[in-house]
Amino acid sequence: MSQRTVYDKLWDSHLVQQNEDGSALLYIDRHILHEVTSPQAFEGLRIAGRKPWRLDTNLATPDHNISTDPAERAAGVAGIPDNTSRIQVQTLDDNCDHFGIKEFKMNEMGQGIVHVMGPELGATMPGLTVVCGDSHTATHGALACLAHGIGTSEVEHVLASQCLVTKKMKNMRVTVDGVLGAGVTPKDVVLAIIAEIGTAGGNGHAIEFAGSVFRDMSIEGRMTVCNMAIEAGARVGLVAVDEKTIEYCRGRQFMPAGEMFEKATEYWRTLTTDADAVFDTEVQINGSEIAPQVSWGTSPEMVIPVTGNIPRAEDQTDVVKKKGVERALEYMGLEGGAPISSVAVDRVFIGSCTNSRIEDMRAAAAVVEGRTVSDSIKQALVVPGSQMVKEQAEAEGLDKIFIEAGLDWREPGCSMCLAMNADKLGAGEHCASTSNRNFEGRQGNGGRTHLMSPEMAAAAAIAGHIVDVREFGDQS
Amino acid sequence: MKAFTQHKGLVGPMDRANVDTDMIIPKQFLKSIKRSGFGPNLFDELRYMDEGQPGQDCSQRPVNPEFPLNLARFSGASILLARKNFGCGSSREHAPWALEDYGFRAVIAPSYADIFYNNCFKNGLLPVVLSEQQLDLLFAEMYADEGYQLTIDLVGQKVVRPNGESFEFDIDQFRKDCLVKGLDEIGLTLESADKIKDYEKTRAADQPWVFGAIK
Repeated sequence: MSQRTVYDKLWDSHLVQQNEDGSALLYIDRHILHEVTSPQAFEGLRIAGRKPWRLDTNLATPDHNISTDPAERAAGVAGIPDNTSRIQVQTLDDNCDHFGIKEFKMNEMGQGIVHVMGPELGATMPGLTVVCGDSHTATHGALACLAHGIGTSEVEHVLASQCLVTKKMKNMRVTVDGVLGAGVTPKDVVLAIIAEIGTAGGNGHAIEFAGSVFRDMSIEGRMTVCNMAIEAGARVGLVAVDEKTIEYCRGRQFMPAGEMFEKATEYWRTLTTDADAVFDTEVQINGSEIAPQVSWGTSPEMVIPVTGNIPRAEDQTDVVKKKGVERALEYMGLEGGAPISSVAVDRVFIGSCTNSRIEDMRAAAAVVEGRTVSDSIKQALVVPGSQMVKEQAEAEGLDKIFIEAGLDWREPGCSMCLAMNADKLGAGEHCASTSNRNFEGRQGNGGRTHLMSPEMAAAAAIAGHIVDVREFGDQS
Repeated sequence: MKAFTQHKGLVGPMDRANVDTDMIIPKQFLKSIKRSGFGPNLFDELRYMDEGQPGQDCSQRPVNPEFPLNLARFSGASILLARKNFGCGSSREHAPWALEDYGFRAVIAPSYADIFYNNCFKNGLLPVVLSEQQLDLLFAEMYADEGYQLTIDLVGQKVVRPNGESFEFDIDQFRKDCLVKGLDEIGLTLESADKIKDYEKTRAADQPWVFGAIK
């Protein structure tokens, strides 16, 4: 057989039927559902008189829309103050109960942001196809899965048939070699990649992240990177299996155990790219040169090193690009040419499916420990990605470190990443955010997002402005 | 699903690159459990001067007079001209739902984000790809000519300009078939139920840990 990439292997092993018109039926092993993109799919099933094809593949939880405020959360679903939000969360519960789908309900251990929950429970396994009605599903590719976001019609399609009608993507490899410097994190790596290839750079491709930087990276770090493949235009991002992958999987709730686990690992170890496999597109980046990154504008490609200056519209040669920079500067209320580290911050958000895992919590806590949030900060939220992350963080005393420093310790959910609940920016407010999108209005109408790592966001909370975390120790 | 064979209609602009799904339909409207009614909130933050809320009567809201689709000359537009990477961002199908509910039957752009592109076809909304040069020309003609209309012929795979000249476009055969015939894709897939079951048998024998895990 010819030399294949990890993506080729995953595709081949899930192909049910190749159609003459170029489409294919791809088998789906794992389907994760949440309250926002599923109600219309369940309704469609009901109208057509259909049932889920398989139950043991689906896993549901509310995350996008729920309150992160401890008092509101304690009041349960009936206590959700916003009428439409309450109906949506209740509808997920009702649909899962009606169809017999496994759900971790709002305040149940196991609940969390879909892309934090799946891997930590072991529902995400190497070699699976994983889909969810959420574009950040690529996160699961960190465990060598073929994982991508789907729309609501496809949620219904997968529920009804366990398959997707789809077309094979092209292969892209992003190789980052070298060694990351101190204070440089997986978030900085993926932001640097997006800055390099652009938000449409990966369109039509599945990206494999390769090279020494990813081999050295933890599984949670790989999740942060794969999570943002979509911000580079690629629906799929993944990393090949290595011993770290296997060790991460061992002992998790839905994982096989004992002999079955060992048998599974034999297969999982084959999920690497063959030496002579050919990629349609190759990108190479020197990891040793990556500095902590910050977004200045309204697209995830509008990213610069924290040591850099905000771009000026007049320096752009391309007309469409120049217009884009002008509009972004105006929206963000920034002056081209000014250092990014001069930008004052109003709110801080540490959380989201990109950066809310235990390693992120530890990293942020280490920065704020023994320090105090700047008086100029209106709010600094720390939102753990799941009930399990929250429990672990509290066991380590991280919640106390955050609270003592003046940050809010919240209940798990998507929160201010997309501001569907009460956690949002006011118009004109700047936010140091560990989330994944800096689109206009994303974190609140008129809000201004600066994407960065948990360490950098924590440092901004203390300093009151964007600051290079590598020099931060000297300032206090 | 609504079939699409040919459509002639007024053309309106969304003249910027990287229009994201938050811009197409802001998050507060995603709380709905319905598929319809998103049209009045299409491009909500650009279209109105205030912050929109779900369930609000939009006819009473202050509109942004500078937003092109608010101009009388584009009222009733059913074909949207757009720039590259249209629909980037989230997987929310509410984006094509909002475009369709507003009255658009087709979008013409140089490129789309993958998930958005896919979602359009499930909702009878045709995303046409033309080159940047062709888009430049269509934008220029549209701005110059009030009441500018285009005809999109999906069967013949061409966009016909008022002067009778046309631009051809590519489209996947299976997507075209589904749209032209307005097919129920799930029904189509379930015709292969035996093949899906056969696949499951083979897979369960090879990789038993994949099955029965979630309970």
